[in-house]
Amino acid sequence: MLQDLYIFFKPHLFPLLYALVIVAVLPLLAGYVVLLERKVMADMQARLGPMRVGPHGLLQPIADAVKLLMKEDIIPESADKWIFWLAPLLSVTAGMVAMAALPFGPVFQIANLNVGLLFILGIGSMGIFGIVLGGWASNSHYSLLGALRSAAQLVSYETAAGMAVVSGVILGGTLNTAELVNVQSEQHVWFIFVAPIGFFLYLVASIAETNRAPFDLPEAESELVAGYMTEYSGFRWALYFLAEYTNMIVVASIATTLFLGGWLRPFASTKAFNFLDYVPMLLMLLVAGYSLYRAPKQPVPIQKLVMVAVAFLCLGLAAILAAPVFIKTGMIGAMMPGVHGAFWFLFKVGIYLYVFLWLRFTFPRYRFDQLMKLGWHFLIPVSIVNVFGVAIASYLHRSEETGGHGWNLWAAVALTTVITLLAAAWLTKKGENPPPGPVTAEKF
Amino acid sequence: MNDFLKTDAREVDPVLDHSVDVETTVLGADEIIINMGPQHPSTHGVLRVKLKLDGEKVVGSECIIGYLHRGVEKIAEHRTYQQFAPYVDRMDYVAAVSNGLGYCEAVEKLMGVEAPPRARVIRTILTELQRIASHLVWLGTHALDIGALTPVFYCFREREEILKIFEKYCGARLTTHAFRIGGLQYEAYDELEADTERFCKDFETKVDEYETLLTENRIWIGRTKGIGIISAEDAIAIGATGPVIRASGVEWDIRKAAPYAAYDQYKFDIPTGKNGDTYDRYLVRMEEMRQSSRICLQAIQNIPTGPIMARIGKVLKPPPGEVYHAIEAPKGELGYYIISDGTTQPYRVRIRPPSFVNLQAFDTMVKGHLVADVVAIIGTLDIVLGEVDR
Repeated sequence: MLQDLYIFFKPHLFPLLYALVIVAVLPLLAGYVVLLERKVMADMQARLGPMRVGPHGLLQPIADAVKLLMKEDIIPESADKWIFWLAPLLSVTAGMVAMAALPFGPVFQIANLNVGLLFILGIGSMGIFGIVLGGWASNSHYSLLGALRSAAQLVSYETAAGMAVVSGVILGGTLNTAELVNVQSEQHVWFIFVAPIGFFLYLVASIAETNRAPFDLPEAESELVAGYMTEYSGFRWALYFLAEYTNMIVVASIATTLFLGGWLRPFASTKAFNFLDYVPMLLMLLVAGYSLYRAPKQPVPIQKLVMVAVAFLCLGLAAILAAPVFIKTGMIGAMMPGVHGAFWFLFKVGIYLYVFLWLRFTFPRYRFDQLMKLGWHFLIPVSIVNVFGVAIASYLHRSEETGGHGWNLWAAVALTTVITLLAAAWLTKKGENPPPGPVTAEKF
Repeated sequence: MNDFLKTDAREVDPVLDHSVDVETTVLGADEIIINMGPQHPSTHGVLRVKLKLDGEKVVGSECIIGYLHRGVEKIAEHRTYQQFAPYVDRMDYVAAVSNGLGYCEAVEKLMGVEAPPRARVIRTILTELQRIASHLVWLGTHALDIGALTPVFYCFREREEILKIFEKYCGARLTTHAFRIGGLQYEAYDELEADTERFCKDFETKVDEYETLLTENRIWIGRTKGIGIISAEDAIAIGATGPVIRASGVEWDIRKAAPYAAYDQYKFDIPTGKNGDTYDRYLVRMEEMRQSSRICLQAIQNIPTGPIMARIGKVLKPPPGEVYHAIEAPKGELGYYIISDGTTQPYRVRIRPPSFVNLQAFDTMVKGHLVADVVAIIGTLDIVLGEVDR
């Protein structure tokens, strides 16, 4: 009996373990993304950000989570209780399930699906049900308006994002996420350089899709208080928050996999750049050194301890990252792609998220009709032109035996990129100079 | 027009007007009524706006004020002239110095005395600094309403410097009570000129910094151009003043039209707009900040010496009569109408607050726009509810 169970579970053992790690770590990670966001925001706004809970606010996410857990659970009297209860769960589940098909490294992937990308996009957009249902169940004007805005926005931008993804898929020739990275490794080029416009379109569309500023209309606090989350409080609210940050990580991961070479090190196949293998280790050592340097300067003994703990954590990570670089044989040497792959993947995801935050603190918010106009009149047409452009470039580049023309890759890419840019410029010019005055129903 | 005016005000539910059945209009019919405020993050205080929406389009609006009414004008009738002076600071609490200047000058005019030249110049410097501070609060909150999170911190960083100057001068930062009837209570502190000069010189680059973030920004232009248009005729008909009327192209500034304090001695321009939209009001206020700093730099060059207080008695008994005196506060024409019956207390004080009058433009501006523009328009009017409700 036990034997049978073991045999049944053996192939699923590692995926289950990974899934457990993701479910356990993701809320923590999301919490620290929030801290990162607040720190980046503080830096851009000439202030310090959270500094009180833990050294440099390092324990703030944990304090926040505890506070949210202990808050009173309020369900408005006129709300539809079951749906109100279900909606945030739906949102957060969709985000987490989408993570299953993401390759965090050549080994660290829960399910290597052959339609991985399609799966992520499909499941990811299920999250909108949570938002719409939550807004509807709250039975409040602000929530309803927020939910409707969210639904309209997601539908509009999903199209552009999908088209941008298609341009990457054309280049990769597969929907399998791990395979996409392998193709980029074999061709020695990340797809961001082959389809720069595709990447840019995906960047914009993914910001809109995750409801982040400057497209954060569903939760525009100065207009709709908190949008669909207005009536939510305590842990249900935290679940929505978690869903939002999970979605951010998911879209950043898609972009990393598709356009930024996934887990690959920069210049992965060039021997001269092998010194980059030391970068992860040195980075961790730097953080550890800085933490140790700051530790005596903390005002409270417990904060000194936390700072030292952070330093040792970083030292440990540095050791893990260093081991396969120096010992190239045996078990430890075999860790190399897994450990370093995960590092580079998360590093790229971090940079992508930083761009999200940077844009958020720089730009004012779009108005709803402007958002729709940008989506339908600019992003979608350009993304369609871009798909054709990338397809043509791919065709021209293909060798003559396989039915192509054997062009130089960069010549083909330059040609089609210029054509796409011209189309974009034409669209921008066409959309400019809207008639002044109030928006009327006819102009919608 | 206002249904609560027709009936007893006490019978109107402050939360939601039950004459509209919300349940049946949410999904079925075409218009819904949304109640914005008095507790809303972007109504700048306790303004309550009832919006009639067709989808997201505003088809009708009604401003309901009075949530911050403290009866300042009535209080004046039971205080001596000097005792009432600190109360005016609490009206437009982001521009307390300007309020005080208007009141002190009004009483001086009533009594027929004039503040000595030194007092007038110091008053001008502090009032212009206050104008910058008030515009900085406006810029920060207005940008925040439209979704730009960062400018507000830059604005408050500079405002802090101004408040430090106030603190050094009179000990208070917000409700300063900086001036007295007849002149000043305190002599200028030693580094007033140096502090002001340092601030004004720095400030030139700081305004450029704000403009880099917003002026050329496509999203900012999209959110403000063509929003909340009010024509010059409408603005005049309503009685709008300050940046609101100047952005519509009317060159009206009391500092030029009827100079007070020491404004006749300094060179400055009146910026005007053309379209009377939110973007023009933004540009006008940005330029006003530059002009204010220009006035300050001129004023500190030559502060006359001499007394800071006119010769008036300890007990103020203005002759019976009435006076109206207006100044150009940061938000527009701030007027004091005072009737004296010859006693130590005013018989009647009527205050003409710029925010209250400008707020009347709201209905005209907001019609046909979207919900998101409502907050932009409230922001661009630069109202302070303490002054609207008094």
